[in-house]
Amino acid sequence: MTGTLVIRSSPHFVSGAAVDRIMFQVALALAPTTLWAIWTFGLAAAVTLGTAVATCLVTERLLAARRAGRTTLGDGSALVTGLLYGLTLPPGLALWMVVVGGVVSMALGKLLFGGLGQNPFNPALVGRAFLQAAFPVSMTTWVLPGAASRFTALPSSSLAIPLMEPTFDGLSGATPLSAWKFDAQAADLGDLMFGSVSGSVGETSALLILLGGLYLAWKRYLDWRIPAGVLGSAALLALVLWLIDSGRFPTVPATLFSGGLMLGAVFMATDMVGSPITPKGTWIYAALIGVLVVLIRNFGGMPEGVMYAILLGNACTPLLDKRCKPRVYGHAKAAKGDRS
Amino acid sequence: MLSFLRKSPADGTTIRGTFAHGVHPPEAKDDTSKLAIRQFPFAPSFVVPVSQHIGKPAKVIVREGQKVRRGECIAEPDGFLSVAMHSPVTGTVRGIGPVPSITGRMVEGIFLEPSAASSQEVMHGTPCDVATASVDEILTAIQRAGVVGLGGAGFPTHAKLKIPEGKRCDTLLINGVECEPYLTTDHRVMLEHAADVMVGLRYLLKLTAAKRTIIAVEANKADAAEALRAAVPSDLQVEVAVLPVKYPQGAEKLLITALLGREVPSGGLPIDVGAVCTNVATTAEIGQLLPTGQGIQERVLTLGGPGIRDKGNYRVPIGTPLRFVMETAGTTGELGHVFLGGPMMGQAVSSLDIPVTKGTTGVIAFTADQTGPLTDRLEYPCIRCGACLEACPLFLNPSRMGLLAKHGRYDEMVAEEHLFDCFECGSCTFVCPSHIPLVQHFRVAKTQMRRRKAKA
Repeated sequence: MTGTLVIRSSPHFVSGAAVDRIMFQVALALAPTTLWAIWTFGLAAAVTLGTAVATCLVTERLLAARRAGRTTLGDGSALVTGLLYGLTLPPGLALWMVVVGGVVSMALGKLLFGGLGQNPFNPALVGRAFLQAAFPVSMTTWVLPGAASRFTALPSSSLAIPLMEPTFDGLSGATPLSAWKFDAQAADLGDLMFGSVSGSVGETSALLILLGGLYLAWKRYLDWRIPAGVLGSAALLALVLWLIDSGRFPTVPATLFSGGLMLGAVFMATDMVGSPITPKGTWIYAALIGVLVVLIRNFGGMPEGVMYAILLGNACTPLLDKRCKPRVYGHAKAAKGDRS
Repeated sequence: MLSFLRKSPADGTTIRGTFAHGVHPPEAKDDTSKLAIRQFPFAPSFVVPVSQHIGKPAKVIVREGQKVRRGECIAEPDGFLSVAMHSPVTGTVRGIGPVPSITGRMVEGIFLEPSAASSQEVMHGTPCDVATASVDEILTAIQRAGVVGLGGAGFPTHAKLKIPEGKRCDTLLINGVECEPYLTTDHRVMLEHAADVMVGLRYLLKLTAAKRTIIAVEANKADAAEALRAAVPSDLQVEVAVLPVKYPQGAEKLLITALLGREVPSGGLPIDVGAVCTNVATTAEIGQLLPTGQGIQERVLTLGGPGIRDKGNYRVPIGTPLRFVMETAGTTGELGHVFLGGPMMGQAVSSLDIPVTKGTTGVIAFTADQTGPLTDRLEYPCIRCGACLEACPLFLNPSRMGLLAKHGRYDEMVAEEHLFDCFECGSCTFVCPSHIPLVQHFRVAKTQMRRRKAKA
């Protein structure tokens, strides 16, 4: 009647949750944004994304330690990092630069720390930050959206010879943020929502990003507190500034829907590994990012500050988790380490 | 703060809040919840371990070869934290010696062989009348009846019901939550033995002098709540609270929080916040045994899981070997995984030679080809998703404790993360998308820390 009985310590039931499922759901939630980017920027976006994803997958395959005899590609995290990294790049960025940044993302941003779950910073943003520092001109040269030839020709800058300075077609435009910062021009809100503006590959359509975020929040694969906290604190500070001087500071909607804020708040700041695990810590982390974004944009030297705001938020995560331990059931005070 | 409450107009049943966090495993109760309790046949041999409770093992008072009657006391309580054992059958003592237990360790036990010719009538003892008996007499009667918590913990009930000097009980809670999947014994007891529950309540009320009595039932057992309300005698004030279904609501401390909004202090007991909490089957058992002076010699358990052919709720004599249980109920194939209790906290069985004991709430079986999904899971590193923090009903940080455990940093788990508050409900392991055996790590850590403490 009995064969070998399996001895296992309870629970004998488990939910169906799995890391690979979460990762592929995140990739799915990024699909509308990705497709819109390809529609808006054409081949430039497609090759940038393709190169970014391929670089990240290859780097993970070559450098990551195998898990239970298998490669780690199956967990989906390299795919998500590659996709997110690609979405933060300007379309038309020289492909050799995309490769360099992708290797930096995975090798220095993630695998150096021990791979999945160990990276203190969002790997996609580590790669982007590296490029920003190394190639500031290329990283701030923007292709115009919806160009007629976008499906037939690549911008010449994409195909720059490795290690050589790319040349630009002259078809470049300004992002709404730099237009505001340097030329005091405000963008049309509808264009910001639907993404018919210049910008990084995946940051232009706030609406589609929100859609993906809502899906993930509904599936509970995303902590809603982070986008709520980031956008809420950014909106609040932007409102205060705008009330002080409406000529100098952008409106609240312009703040929320321009640049990388939406993509950052929904898909970057919510990276589980780099964000706090405690509820109170999560709120502080989110608020900190929102405030930093508005401060950098309005008082810093650069038009955009989402990337640095999130990386600084990531840096605060261990401290926040240490200081924001929830009160344990049956204990009067929060755990040791909370106050001391 | 969580015990907001509203009256449902339809039946007057009180619906309350619940505790914070927790999980929703599949309930898996439909197979057996509609099946009435049936008497299980007698096995050809019985094994009664003398320690089926927390505390000191009972003292054997029979000899090899001695004839015993069904319900006769065969082992006496040894001190206060100990209870009596009774013979499950009329028959002969075939031996006294080591018997296998679920932990793998051998414990002292009594081997019995039923006599074929006997009518198996249960022997009565000295009745304990609730109207005339004193508090101490009732406590002794409960101890002599061998009553332990039938929810699975096996703590001697009389010890739990003895209100310590200087403490006061204002609320008596009867736990009919049964939040573990598969188990339907409490459900059936409430439906079929509601009158016994009420009799048992009278004893408990006399012991605790509680002003208020609440029977807690989860919403998936609305018919049981109905039956209990109908059985409340006119002279008793009993509230039947229906709680939303959530695991691990049946945990005493969390039930107190769900019903009363009070938090039992760490390391404390329910009486520290003025509550006493007893399992509903235990209450029914007291109501059934004390008026006739009988002792526990059988219990109701759920026989379920996809590996069992004739699933159901059975009244099984204590000491029935699992092998006989399986052979009688039949299996759907070669068994690969059997556990006692529910799937969330139940203990896996390594051999079918162990017997049914007072703490056995259920026997759940899977065949060899049904055990796959759990064994083949790939473990990923922790991705700090926070699902375990959202699941832990005690607001612990299983994620961090898991990392500390992995590196053997048990001291920090105790000092900084309150390891010993964890009551091992398994919610963290249940939700973990990285498939990290969190609660299992915590069990190892606790054992190691206890060992270190014992050595020091």
